[in-house]
Amino acid sequence: MMGTLSENRRAALLSVSMLVIGLLIWEAAIPAQQAAGELTEYELLTGGGAPKAGVPPPSEIFTKAWEELSNPFYDAGPNDKGIGIQIGYSIYRVLSGYFMAAAIAIPLGFLIGMSAVAYKAFNPFIQVLRPISPLAWMPLALFIIQDSELSAIFVIFICSIWPMLINTAFGVAGVRKDWINVARTHELGAMRTAFTVILPAAAPTIITGMRISIGIAWLVIVAAEMLVGGTGIGYYVWNEWNNLDLTSVIFSILMIGVVGMVLDSIFTLAQRAVAYAE
Amino acid sequence: MSFLSIERLTQQFPDGQGGMLTVFENASFGIEKGEFVCILGHSGCGKSTIMNILAGLAEPSSGVVKMDGFGVSGPSLDRGVVFQNYSLLPWLSALHNVTFGVKAREPGWSKAQVEEHSRKFLSMVGLEGDVVHRKPSQLSGGMRQRVSIARAFANQPKLLLLDEPFGALDALTRGTIQDELLKIWSGTEQTVFMITHDIDEAILLADRILLMTNGPFAKVAESVEITIPRPRNRTEIIEHPNYYAIRNHLVQFLGKRSKELAGQPSDGDNKPVTVRIDKTAPAEAEAEPEHAPKLRAVND
Ligand SMILES: Nc1ncnc2c1ncn2[C@@H]1O[C@H](COP(=O)(O)OP(=O)(O)OP(=O)(O)O)[C@@H](O)[C@H]1O
Ligand SMILES: [Mg+2]
Repeated sequence: MMGTLSENRRAALLSVSMLVIGLLIWEAAIPAQQAAGELTEYELLTGGGAPKAGVPPPSEIFTKAWEELSNPFYDAGPNDKGIGIQIGYSIYRVLSGYFMAAAIAIPLGFLIGMSAVAYKAFNPFIQVLRPISPLAWMPLALFIIQDSELSAIFVIFICSIWPMLINTAFGVAGVRKDWINVARTHELGAMRTAFTVILPAAAPTIITGMRISIGIAWLVIVAAEMLVGGTGIGYYVWNEWNNLDLTSVIFSILMIGVVGMVLDSIFTLAQRAVAYAE
Repeated sequence: MSFLSIERLTQQFPDGQGGMLTVFENASFGIEKGEFVCILGHSGCGKSTIMNILAGLAEPSSGVVKMDGFGVSGPSLDRGVVFQNYSLLPWLSALHNVTFGVKAREPGWSKAQVEEHSRKFLSMVGLEGDVVHRKPSQLSGGMRQRVSIARAFANQPKLLLLDEPFGALDALTRGTIQDELLKIWSGTEQTVFMITHDIDEAILLADRILLMTNGPFAKVAESVEITIPRPRNRTEIIEHPNYYAIRNHLVQFLGKRSKELAGQPSDGDNKPVTVRIDKTAPAEAEAEPEHAPKLRAVND
């Protein structure tokens, strides 16, 4: 019977069974864990004895998810907003920083890719700035910008600029000489050449850079929001941890994963659209 | 003065060991308007280098190229190039590879005009119907080569430069495209300069064959007239009394004399010696001919 199913279906079947088995084991393990041993004095003091403090079983997380997702956009004061609003804030920050970075990285990458002199001139700066953890910029950003919202956006900007810059430069520098010669023998100007030959030729590499950048930006926004606080999914996770609401923590971790996956799949589509076979 | 005149062209490259490698030196030759000229020579003698200079894609170390009396500097739409490896843009369909060129040539044309013109040239090389919407990766080598030829011809350049355009094709496809090339060329005023390694192809297509000696210090040593009237047909030209005489001369040159003549630096104006082999008119044989306007006809 397995032989008649396609590879994709078999894989999907396997995924679902792994998920179900994993959840069942998790569900089964929770009561056993809580029953194991008396609560220590420390646990009593820190509230470890309260029912919410333990790792929740999956059923509880599903209930929570149902609750949150059925009303994602409620707003009941600064510490009580729907998950949709929190994610919305994070996406807004990520996209603002990301598009600013793209607006600089892609034209600059073009320049660097087209000129050996520009490449050599920019390279030392790129090499020094690129390995810096984006969060290391946070104190400086907070001090100079004096605004936590903008500082978070700046951190996203600075972390997403490098993959796009490097990939654009790499893609542009690697455009086949023959294709440039085709443009030259047709007397195309610099702009026409850039848009009708170099851009489509380098697009797959550029989109790959953009995809790496959005992935990093989404990783970094969670950490940045934990630092600056206020709103956003990162702040939400941290806030629920402070409330010792592990059900919400696990639920929001899952949401972070889902949003990250959606962002990434947008770029998979874009990659497919610009791909070409030689 | 010739339509295209190459004067004292010299090309040197760094030889990778601190010195300079002189590929060819003081090469001079002319090409008349409407002529079909092939150039034969061993690998590495500098044929592609000459063609890149004629196309304006590379600068010679010294010397000038003049077309219609004006010095060539940089590429131009008047000089169309068919590159050895086709150089189609892989993200564009066959049709759009051709419209790409036509749009550059005729910025004022409407979209419909550009497309109609491009389709006309694609159908001249036998590409019609749904094939024109395929990407180069979905075309066979021969089809890609045709697209590349259509792109160059659609721009109706004064000079067409072809770098081993049929190098990668099987004999059958080669024959078909050679015929198509002749058919398009004979309906125009265009001048063709073509690099090839195939002696029979050169005899079939050319009015004149330039022979290069081996490098370094290569020379364009001879200019051999093809004294076989057009229209030519690959099965019939071998019957012509001049065919084997010309062929033997070319084989002799490539097999032996290209080596013997090679390697001597010289500072004269290395104009090629004109060779005219004509068994049908013994009185005139081996004479230096004046360039007469050529008549051509379509192969069929
Ligand atoms: N950019 C370059 N730098 C250094 N040497 C070069 C360069 N381009 C060509 N050469 C040298 O010039 C010589 C002629 O090269 P060219 O490509 O013109 O040969 P060719 O006659 O077209 O050969 P083939 O028939 O194999 O295509 C070769 O010896 C090659 O090594
Ligand atoms: Mg070559």
